[in-house]
Amino acid sequence: MPTATIAGHEVQINDEGFLTEYDEWSEDIATELAGNIGVEMTPRHWEVIKWLREDYKEKGETATTRRVQTVGGFPTKEQFQLFPKKPAKKMAYIAGVPKPHGCV
Amino acid sequence: MADAIIPNFGDDEETDRKFVLICSKGNLDMAYPGLVLANAALGEGIETHLFFTFWGFDMITKSRMWDLQFSPVGNTAMHLPGRDTKMPQALSPMPGMTQMATKMMKKQIADLGIPEVPDFLDQIVAAGGHLWACRMSADMNNLTEADLRDDVDGIINASDFIEMTDGAQILFI
Repeated sequence: MPTATIAGHEVQINDEGFLTEYDEWSEDIATELAGNIGVEMTPRHWEVIKWLREDYKEKGETATTRRVQTVGGFPTKEQFQLFPKKPAKKMAYIAGVPKPHGCV
Repeated sequence: MADAIIPNFGDDEETDRKFVLICSKGNLDMAYPGLVLANAALGEGIETHLFFTFWGFDMITKSRMWDLQFSPVGNTAMHLPGRDTKMPQALSPMPGMTQMATKMMKKQIADLGIPEVPDFLDQIVAAGGHLWACRMSADMNNLTEADLRDDVDGIINASDFIEMTDGAQILFI
């Protein structure tokens, strides 16, 4: 498993660049990850990312966009505005959790 | 020490990939494949259109969209729940069987956190998907735009459809 230095921290990543260790995540890492994919973090972005991490911790799997809407309370439309085109993957990348595996 | 690998989300590549699903079935079980794939395509940033025709019209008709049903009739792959035992075909047309099978399937779908058909279409529209209705089906059933979901982009004819799907990947369900 490759490692990388992100925002001054040495972290483990997979071959796509996603963090593999939940506990290695930090806000400065997230800010840099977001910047890598052209997302500028606003307070609302943080709300989504932090919810996604909490939900992952509780459920052991990454919420799909459906769940981010119904359980997290972030409307689908807004998810697409905050994380354009591919919200599920972008949210997971920034939040340091795996890509969601559910279909819906 | 390595540089961070930055995932390629493909945003910078100009893609003209366009995905069109023709939804022609009004059975509960046959409504979902199109919805699941449309939702997935939108989540990948792909322009997505759904075209509803014939029985698929029930998916967007306000008075019918909550009542799609699943019938085991003629379905030789129908098993008894959670087992490998085939359901005898003779039982399929028994009174109440469709209602029971529908109820069971709806529960299985809901248990996975997957929305009902109208809610699923809400999500697809919120994600930027487009809904189109078939002119001939509307005329055959005496339905107008007022009978359909408000977010249907329009009732279009076959030529419009051919024009719209120029260069698209089309899936008929």
